Amino acid sequence: MEASLTLLVPLSVALVFLIGWVFWRALEGGQFDDLERPAHDILMDDDEVKK
Amino acid sequence: MARTIVAAGFGKYYETRSASGVRPEALPATVLYDDPAAQREFVAAPGEHVREATLILDRIRCAACLWLNEQSLRRVPGVLRADVNFTTQRAQVAWDPRATRLSRILEAIRAVGYDAYPFDPRRGDALARAERRRALWRLFVAGFGAMQVMMYAWPAYIDAGGGTLSPAAEGLLRWASLVLTTPVLVFSCGPFFRGAWQDAKQRRISLDTPIALGLAAGFAASAWATVTASGAVYFDSIAMLAFLLLGARTAELFARQRAGRELDRLARWRPSFALRLQGSVTERVPAHALVPGDRVLVGAGERFPSDGVVEEGASSADESLLTGESRAVAKRAGAALVGGSVNLEQPLTMRVTRVGADTQAAAIGRLVERAAASRPALVERADRLAQALTYVVIATAALAWLASGDVWIAVAVLVATCPCALALAAPIVLTRAGAQLLARGAALTRSRALEALQRATDVVLDKTGTLTLGRPAIARVDCFSEKDEGQCRALASALEASSSHPLARAFRRVGNMPTLRDLRNEAGHGVEAHVDGRLVRIGSRRFCAAIAGPAAPEPKAQVYLAEEGRWLAAFFIEDAPRPEAADVVRSLVARGLRVHLVSGDDAALVEQMARRLGIESWAGGATPQAKFDYVARLQAEGRVVAMVGDGLNDAPVLARADASIAMGAGADAAQLQADVVLTGDRLGALLDVLALSRGAMRLVRQNLGWALLYNAVALPAAALGWIGPWEAAIGMSASSFIVVLNALRPLAGKNAWKRASPSSSPSRSLSYS
Repeated sequence: MEASLTLLVPLSVALVFLIGWVFWRALEGGQFDDLERPAHDILMDDDEVKK
Repeated sequence: MARTIVAAGFGKYYETRSASGVRPEALPATVLYDDPAAQREFVAAPGEHVREATLILDRIRCAACLWLNEQSLRRVPGVLRADVNFTTQRAQVAWDPRATRLSRILEAIRAVGYDAYPFDPRRGDALARAERRRALWRLFVAGFGAMQVMMYAWPAYIDAGGGTLSPAAEGLLRWASLVLTTPVLVFSCGPFFRGAWQDAKQRRISLDTPIALGLAAGFAASAWATVTASGAVYFDSIAMLAFLLLGARTAELFARQRAGRELDRLARWRPSFALRLQGSVTERVPAHALVPGDRVLVGAGERFPSDGVVEEGASSADESLLTGESRAVAKRAGAALVGGSVNLEQPLTMRVTRVGADTQAAAIGRLVERAAASRPALVERADRLAQALTYVVIATAALAWLASGDVWIAVAVLVATCPCALALAAPIVLTRAGAQLLARGAALTRSRALEALQRATDVVLDKTGTLTLGRPAIARVDCFSEKDEGQCRALASALEASSSHPLARAFRRVGNMPTLRDLRNEAGHGVEAHVDGRLVRIGSRRFCAAIAGPAAPEPKAQVYLAEEGRWLAAFFIEDAPRPEAADVVRSLVARGLRVHLVSGDDAALVEQMARRLGIESWAGGATPQAKFDYVARLQAEGRVVAMVGDGLNDAPVLARADASIAMGAGADAAQLQADVVLTGDRLGALLDVLALSRGAMRLVRQNLGWALLYNAVALPAAALGWIGPWEAAIGMSASSFIVVLNALRPLAGKNAWKRASPSSSPSRSLSYS
């Protein structure tokens, strides 16, 4: 059992850093900037015609 | 840069700052902001030689930074005024354009290592977003780290008896915990350490110091135990502590930004584009490119891009932005339009009169933002107490450590007590109070007044323009000939139609007006004309007596009507009370306030008005000095006086009262010298002001009371070793959370100040905003 610990514990540490990196990407990508408006987007029509 | 700061005599900054400064890097040229076209957006011109702007300050981290910025701004020659708002991190600057330029002011801020941008809601949003992202990222790292470290600690907890976990496995788990706790401490808790370190260099301590000491001591003890494979480790406690502390901080940040946003409402209203009319062609232009004199087409449902007047068309507008009352106001050609209000019915053509920072909405927004410069005395006392408490906490922790020899007791003391709960709650409540009052048509210009308003025992009301509409109307007509009242009114209206005398406004045009010939206006006396061949006069008693003969009626009326040889009528003109005045007075009395009516008008009229509205104390014929003495006498009796006036003629007495409220409709609102300006010109808002001030001060007191109680219990408990570090962390975070959440509660309950008779209530009832 102990042998598996020596593998799993470092693995979990690595996993934490991986998840941290993913979250950071999401944050920088603006995922958490506005938690309300995107839900309304689906209801809005795009009446502004792009030039 | 340090030389600039010290040379300018700001050495105190280094004694008080609690976060490291920054270097002026390659920054965009400030001279761009001197361009008048660019300035139109954010620079207002309240006077010929006064310019005013709101600047966003960047890289502000602590109160000392704000102080430094404020002082630097005030030192720039030509700067007339500079106030910095802590909650919104914005500076209000007024300067004399003959003596300095905006770029010099911006340079002064850069010279001491900060950056300032002219206020632009979008720029503010970007800064707020970056701050939110940083806070979330720190919180995530701490939270995820804490979760994982907790897992590693778990085997050690269930194996408390020993035996099943080999030393090698335990060492592995400890090292893994160390690896994960390090980023939590170094990255997530960075702000605590930076703040504490800066203070340590200046040999002073701040609110960050105990937290940084506690975290560092706990981490160092655990790391030592890991490296030497001896003693106990508490990485789980450290990481959880960091997470909970950051959680409280983040909640505070979000609450602060939300309160600031509420206040930004007035600055955000403007549409981005406007349809400008060039002859008969319309052209789509950015709203900030409009200049006074432009003609703009505004469709139904759209917002007016700036202040202006209706040129063509008829519609109605929702001006709740300024008045706090969603009611359609009819707009015909010539009517004034408030930029930001909504055109409700028909398309209108408007002519732009004021743009950008000169508009009414912008002026009132600046007024309210300035409010935070003066804080209630209670809040200032709490700040000093928080400072003092910090020293007590550190001393207690040191003593506890020496006495017990256990570092974890010291950590618990440092962490459990939370002076920050004392410091952080009041600003949020005060900013929210300002924003919510604004939404109800009352601009709070000095936060300090909330305390006096909340304690007010007496309300002193002025008459003209306050209890009354400031618009004269005919109250009674006495007729002396065979002509009846209707005929006399028609004749009077015809005569007065061309007069510019203030009383002439009382005579509304009626349908069947007789034809006049040889109309002559005798300035200051009256008007005369020939009607059906007879000379008719309207005006003062003496003016009429000259043609009517000596048998004059009583000299009580204000306007007389006479024709050759006889008197026709006497008109009693009165300024009608506001429709809601009686309700408001009744509500005030019902709340246990004493209501006074003090006016410069004729004593008999004042008495009549007071009796009609149910006011028990009154004084008529009062000069400004007499009004002043009246308020002073009440104060000498120990009463707390809130004075309501029109803000123009009664400035001295408003200044004397404990809290002053001015009725201000439209353009002058921003110029009035009062603690609160009722921008909607609606007396009912007075009740909202009093209710909200009570609510806001109640929240402030609850928060302070709670923070004091918590600290009084937690400090001895932790010092005696009754609570461990992680319990201390939960207690401290919970106390911060409670304070922040309490600060976000509604300031006045739904039924807090129900009006005495709901049937005739002219305005919205108090409700959550």
